[in-house]
Amino acid sequence: MHEWALAEAVISTISRLAESEGLREIKEVKLKIGELQQIELEVFKFALTQLRDSSLLRNARFNIEVVNAEIKCRNCGFRWSLEKEKIKGDVAEAIHFIPEVIHAFIRCPKCGSPDFEVTGGRGVWIEDLKGVK
Amino acid sequence: MSDPRLSIIDERLKDISDIIAVSSGKGGVGKSLIASAIALALAEKKYKVGLLDLDFTSPSTHIILNIEEAHPIEWKGIIPPEIHSIKYMSIIYFSGNKAMPLRGLEASNALIELLAITRWGQLDYLIVDMPPGIGDATLDVIKLIKRVRFLLVVTPSRLAFETVKKLIDLLLELDVPIVGVIENMKMGESTFIRERIKEIGLKYLGEIPFDHALEEAIGDPNRFSKTVFAEKIREILEMNDYLEGS
Repeated sequence: MHEWALAEAVISTISRLAESEGLREIKEVKLKIGELQQIELEVFKFALTQLRDSSLLRNARFNIEVVNAEIKCRNCGFRWSLEKEKIKGDVAEAIHFIPEVIHAFIRCPKCGSPDFEVTGGRGVWIEDLKGVK
Repeated sequence: MSDPRLSIIDERLKDISDIIAVSSGKGGVGKSLIASAIALALAEKKYKVGLLDLDFTSPSTHIILNIEEAHPIEWKGIIPPEIHSIKYMSIIYFSGNKAMPLRGLEASNALIELLAITRWGQLDYLIVDMPPGIGDATLDVIKLIKRVRFLLVVTPSRLAFETVKKLIDLLLELDVPIVGVIENMKMGESTFIRERIKEIGLKYLGEIPFDHALEEAIGDPNRFSKTVFAEKIREILEMNDYLEGS
């Protein structure tokens, strides 16, 4: 997912969560981002600061943790991590937008199967929100 | 705790007046050709139209409309390129023409991602080319695209009808609006499908004869627009007041 689209989605979700939990001001947001998203952290952080225009998030601190991509072959059970540097530029960009297209480009290094599962490092989670009621 | 992608999908679709999923339950009945022809016909009428191909494992609207060379613009997400006056979005921009086997959860994730990143802007119509079946993609579209209406395609075959009937039952059960049913590849005079559709209480939108010239027009949108098939689609749209959306 694109950094700006992701930042917009994160801000929108935080606002919704804050409303449901009755928070007036957010102090800290703990975010986890899967490595497979191939997010440029600096661009993402910049987008977050540009998009947080409400009083709700003005003083919020964003703690962002990148979670390593882990893949498990459904065919032979082999587990491996994504070696980012070995992925070609155009493929990396495609995976950045739609991580599932990894199934078009990557095969199990042991048995060659395209039938594998991303067991870690996919997606974005808001792990925790700290704020004032 | 929470998937942020889900909260942005409504925002991405909010300026689209009518969202029509062309679906069937059955494969090979002409969904992609009908979705492409509807999008082209509405664009010819100067409507602002988007076409979204959600058939991730067998996408084909890009071949019908010859969209192989286009690329989306990256701007705070993805802006679909406008080709033949249609804003066009497909997974092929990212997967190329490679085989991409996806299991259920992976297909759902790809669908969520595509809906979350695509900035359609203001559209009169978004036509969605659905994959066959009543599995993940159908359930995801119903769940994620709240204003979607389904246009169903069937061929004059009892086998096709029985499969489409299951999709109809599902949509009726879930209270999802159905635009109506198009009978494609009509070869004889049988009124079997028309009667069954009317019995169910759905709108029979019209029939399209089997068009032998259609295959030759694939990949050439100008020629495609001049086929009997495309002419019938224009007739169906007009007869049904451009499908009477909002």
